[in-house]
Amino acid sequence: MINALGYTFMQHAVIISLLGSVACGIIGTLVTVNRMSALAGSIAHASFGGLGLAYFMGFSPLMGATGFAAVSAIGMTVVTSGNRVKTDTVMAAMWATGMAAGLIFIKLSGTYSANLMSWLFGSLLAVSASDITYAAILDIVILIVITGLYKEFLAVSFDREFSLLQGVPTNLIRGIFLILTALTAVLLMKITGLIMVIAMLAIPAAIAEMYTGSLWKMMILASIMAAVFNLVGLALAWMLNLPPGAVIILIAAFAYGAALAIERIRSGTA
Amino acid sequence: MNRIIELKGVTAGYRRGNPVISNIDLSVAKNDFLAIIGPNGGGKTTLLKVILGLLVPWSGTVSVLGGSAQNARLEIGYVPQVIPDDPFPVTVMDVVLMGRLKNSGLFRRFSNRDRKIARINLDRLDVGNLAGNEINSLSGGQKQRVLIARALAGNPHILLLDEPVASVDRDTQDSFFNILAELNREITILLVTHDVGAVSAYIKNIACINRVLISHGETLSSESVAKAYGCPFELVSHGGIPHRVLGKGIES
Repeated sequence: MINALGYTFMQHAVIISLLGSVACGIIGTLVTVNRMSALAGSIAHASFGGLGLAYFMGFSPLMGATGFAAVSAIGMTVVTSGNRVKTDTVMAAMWATGMAAGLIFIKLSGTYSANLMSWLFGSLLAVSASDITYAAILDIVILIVITGLYKEFLAVSFDREFSLLQGVPTNLIRGIFLILTALTAVLLMKITGLIMVIAMLAIPAAIAEMYTGSLWKMMILASIMAAVFNLVGLALAWMLNLPPGAVIILIAAFAYGAALAIERIRSGTA
Repeated sequence: MNRIIELKGVTAGYRRGNPVISNIDLSVAKNDFLAIIGPNGGGKTTLLKVILGLLVPWSGTVSVLGGSAQNARLEIGYVPQVIPDDPFPVTVMDVVLMGRLKNSGLFRRFSNRDRKIARINLDRLDVGNLAGNEINSLSGGQKQRVLIARALAGNPHILLLDEPVASVDRDTQDSFFNILAELNREITILLVTHDVGAVSAYIKNIACINRVLISHGETLSSESVAKAYGCPFELVSHGGIPHRVLGKGIES
């Protein structure tokens, strides 16, 4: 395993795993406390349309996915400021439409299977330098926004209506949140793949929620959890010659199951 | 300015042709302590949303503190209903500080003054010792007090409470109303509830809402009003508290 770190691709994998954990822990925490994993999933899947378009048109897939994710996040902000029933329907429609468009574009681009598989299931061992730059910039943006607007994010997540009455621009905060969620989803696609993005946003935060009493502590613990899952998963996948994205998710799921069991036992004896 | 909330002929709802409240007249005087009672689905929350400017009425006029509901918003302390078993990782202090958001700004931290005011209001509600606790660890009644402290942190002229006693157990209800009565010396209080038991001797006025609402109750016989609008009879015969039923469009 130590030898493996001599390879550039392995160094890249480790770096993006760590950078991804920061975004994953912070945004995953917000997604979890806002009970918005379905919305996050919808935005992530919509971005698949952008990926396909990028392959078809011949520009950077990362930029294609990012553009689509951002546009769908803004769209969702507008739609979800209205009524709930419509939100649910639009979410489901966007989810499937993005996937369908992506599949067709990728097919038309003639690079069907290889690209499809790498985005759907992750390509942790094929991370480029530009992917790392993307992750680093995203982390910096997230850290600046969340530290600068922490009290607003906390208030809007806890009680949106009260925040609005306090003069907080709730739709702006929500819009920023959804865009950051979209960008994080695109980054996590590199690590665990589109299909498993929601698990990576939800599981570390869900475990952290059991052990922390404030939002920022939850963000930090979730980031640490995500880093541990990513690195342990990467190591195990290397040793066992298995796809890293899937191993990472299984480890996360196992940890979540254990955390739930421990909590059950603790509350049972209390 | 004596009438600090004034609604005239207000009809509002969420779907066209299906008003939740209809032709409501309501006027609340300064330092009133008004309880509006009505069944679930009777339009209590909708009425609050109209007063808070969160819902624009289809017809009628709303005036709060002499201006529009939207403009008066920052002068109102809103206390939403406590939702039990809805965990959120936040401390009591951080919740109360949310009542200072309007005095702060984006990319700014809460000042020591904000923290001091939050602390004073927690003490005022007898929950100062819980400041560092997680909100999840509190009982329903304690949460209710924290939400009132949050509303008070913004130094409001009016306190609006949605179902304030739903989460307060009967034993502590008296001390809860004592606190509200204390606050009522400076602040106008309006609460809505479906719970007849929420009525306390400290409440100065009662109105009933079930889509419609009648004010100027003194010109009507309490009992006929009660029958027409489905107000609980025991409440009407409770006596002592001036009673009115809001709304004037007698249909249905």
